[in-house]
Amino acid sequence: MSTSVTTQGPTPTGSGLEAPSRIARIQARLDSVAGSAFIMPAVLVVLLLSIFPLIVSLYVSLTRLQFVKGGFQLTFVGLDNYAKLVVGIDKDHFLGVFSNPAPIGWLLFGLVVVWLAVWLARFVRGPNFSIGGLVSRLFSGLVISAGAWLIARTLSPEGRPGTVVVTLIYVFTGLVVQYVLGLCLAVLCVQQIPGRRFFRVVFLLPMMITPVGVAYLFRMLADTSKGPFYPVWDMLGLSNTSWATNAWSARAAVMIGDIWQWTPFMFIVLLAALESQSVEAIEAAVVDGANRWQIFWAITLPGILPVSSTLILIRMIEAFKIMDLPNILTNGGPGTATESLTLHAYTIWRTLDIGGSAAVAYMLLFIVTFVGVSYANEIRRRLSEA
Amino acid sequence: MKQIIAKAFAVATVLTLVLAACATPTPQTVIQTQVVTQVVAGTPVETIIEVTAPPATEAPQQYEGVTINVLTFTGPQIAEPLQRRGPEFTARTGATINVATVPFSDLYQKALTDFATGTNSYDIIVFDPQWMGDYISAGYLEDLTDRVNANKELEWEDIGPFFRDFSATYEGKVYTVPLDGDFHMMYYRTDLIKTPPATWDEYIALAKEFQGKDLNGDGKEDFGTCMAMKRAAQSYWFITSIAAPFIQTQGTGEGAFFDTSNMQPLINNAGFAKALDIYKTLSTLGPPDQLNLDVGDTRGLFTSGRCAMSLDWGDIGPLATDPATSTVIDKVGAAIMPGTKEVLDRATGKLVPCDDKTCPYAIDGVNHAPFAAFGGWSGAINAASKPEVKDAAFDYLAYVSAPAQSNVDVTIGKTGFNPYRLSQFLNREQWVKSGMSAAAASNYLGAIEGSLNSPNMVLDLRIPQNAYYQGTVLDTAVAQFLAGELDAAATMKQIEDGWNQKTDELGRDSQLAAYKASLGVKK
Repeated sequence: MSTSVTTQGPTPTGSGLEAPSRIARIQARLDSVAGSAFIMPAVLVVLLLSIFPLIVSLYVSLTRLQFVKGGFQLTFVGLDNYAKLVVGIDKDHFLGVFSNPAPIGWLLFGLVVVWLAVWLARFVRGPNFSIGGLVSRLFSGLVISAGAWLIARTLSPEGRPGTVVVTLIYVFTGLVVQYVLGLCLAVLCVQQIPGRRFFRVVFLLPMMITPVGVAYLFRMLADTSKGPFYPVWDMLGLSNTSWATNAWSARAAVMIGDIWQWTPFMFIVLLAALESQSVEAIEAAVVDGANRWQIFWAITLPGILPVSSTLILIRMIEAFKIMDLPNILTNGGPGTATESLTLHAYTIWRTLDIGGSAAVAYMLLFIVTFVGVSYANEIRRRLSEA
Repeated sequence: MKQIIAKAFAVATVLTLVLAACATPTPQTVIQTQVVTQVVAGTPVETIIEVTAPPATEAPQQYEGVTINVLTFTGPQIAEPLQRRGPEFTARTGATINVATVPFSDLYQKALTDFATGTNSYDIIVFDPQWMGDYISAGYLEDLTDRVNANKELEWEDIGPFFRDFSATYEGKVYTVPLDGDFHMMYYRTDLIKTPPATWDEYIALAKEFQGKDLNGDGKEDFGTCMAMKRAAQSYWFITSIAAPFIQTQGTGEGAFFDTSNMQPLINNAGFAKALDIYKTLSTLGPPDQLNLDVGDTRGLFTSGRCAMSLDWGDIGPLATDPATSTVIDKVGAAIMPGTKEVLDRATGKLVPCDDKTCPYAIDGVNHAPFAAFGGWSGAINAASKPEVKDAAFDYLAYVSAPAQSNVDVTIGKTGFNPYRLSQFLNREQWVKSGMSAAAASNYLGAIEGSLNSPNMVLDLRIPQNAYYQGTVLDTAVAQFLAGELDAAATMKQIEDGWNQKTDELGRDSQLAAYKASLGVKK
């Protein structure tokens, strides 16, 4: 930004230096506010479109909607809508049914606790130790332990996962499978094989289809009593069975649809990352006699880890919002087995219990924020530094 | 030179376009139909079919330039006749009809949100009249009493008294025009079953007999009974149909949802437990994916000959006569919903045998309680629409409901409209013309009349926020029960707790008053 001072114009009345310095002061002040002024429209847009609805929906989550003469009213009910989810009538739906964990559940919970203990001990002994850091890590450890405990108890044979755990299953299973498949496809398409350009386009197609289209597609494909695969199901003796009546097969159908749709997203980004890698290191490794697996493990994979970490973060945040597939495939059924948090909020909202719906949406926001921030702070930093 | 020619061509083109734009528009001679689908939150929520007016007659028509936006649920049922009758009404009055549709489970909130936010995109909503309390208390619906009284074409007195009083009237004023009459009925294959089952035990026995047998000669195993059991669809009414004969014995005014003395739900008792047990058994005597089937799916299965019996609204009757899709023409019988010989003693919460005192309306010792589920699709008008639009909207509803149109539409299966006018029951000619045999028409209409005239008919729930009571609490718990997530005791407790909580939130006394008022309707 220019700070030059012009001396043209009306003749200065006082000292020759006074006027230019006043103009300079005005210009300096203008310069100092210019940044804010230029950025103001963007800030206003963000406030209007993002922050304002966020605050309003927070207020709505603390209210109850009722239709009265002449319209509707929102009655402030404090934390009632949240209490319903955590300790009240909707607890089984939201958190699930608790039961004694199976041995594998105890094992997994024990492993998580041990890992957290080691993680905390390293931080305490490490050079970056601070009280604030310890408090935040203790909080994170507590939430992660609670999450592991929730998963262990609701996934036990006598328990039943609620929409929180079902959503976490969708997110993390989907992420792992999508990443592995996307990486495999990307590695294949980097090779000089015939038709690779064709396959690049084909692999991208699922991402171009609207999720609701994917849901209807999978509903048709998975129909065992009619549909294009009926002869196959019939040959396998499965034409009189249904995936939609069993909780885990219904969840699997939802996850297969989600994986089919979003693997291309992983694929395209990882392909770009692989193609941008320099070949010198790989050529050097070949000269040194490294085999393909060693090259992939020691050079290629570490090379794409920074990209991978960001990719996983973006996909993870997006995956928490899964709704179309369970809504179309099963309407959340059988029972509530395939219901995600967004579908849970939507189901409540359909009867205009907008306070309850906003409370579920806010719980989802807390979970996504916690998982996202924890991931960004710990795992992504380490992966990027690796 | 080339440039000059190109410029001259461009100028000539522009001039032609300008002249064309300035020219007087020629009258339209073709009816155009445009279909637009919007996707919101991943769900196809709206299909707008716009029908442009046919060529104007020389004198300006009554509603020239008026556009009426109609909202109903994703068809083809209900939306189909509304769309088909649009151009006819346009030719008659000049008004343009746009029909927008949303999935059934979104309809309640879509219309209510539109009105509550002042958006007012819709002038007519064709919806479940059970919900009207929420709309009327907020002042969103137009009082149609005077219009109904003044309109001759509608032939109001020809509409069945029950539909006039329940589907159309709220607190003494008329708010909707009935377009449909709804009852749950039982359908059976007359080539397989000679005497329809009178009780739920007999129904189960027959379903077991035919489950797994080939019923349509295609070599595939077919099903004993086909029922819609999908969650968040139109399935949740069926559990009430099964429970009703166990719970309501003393006539319509007794009610089957709440105790009229204290608004306690009639859920946690032996009658409802028995109904849940029957429902679960039926879930195993049908198609393997029955838990994921809505009424559209089960209707297709029944008319393609794959089911020995089915429970449904009146739609299967006319659908079964459609030669394009039905393989069971003249092989379908309809009957009143099965009943029971054991009923609930409300004082003890236990089941007791039927006798003169416990089942005063029993037929051959069996207590039937036919359920007027839903009440029939009805059209209401947005109070915030412009006066001329309201007039046109009412005339459109009156036109669709008038005997000249509706007496034909109720005989067409895909309309989703079932008989609701006295003339539709009395005049069998139209039914025979539609392809139904005289015997089948008598059987079908007789089954509806039997339900309609039953002194123990069960009225659907019509209290503030009943969409939450039934569409969320009841629907979710029953779906969880069918899926094995809850046992019968936990299911009943979940429904009871959910209903009680909502009742307490909204005010027990006011909810009780609304419930008692709804039971006092004339039939």
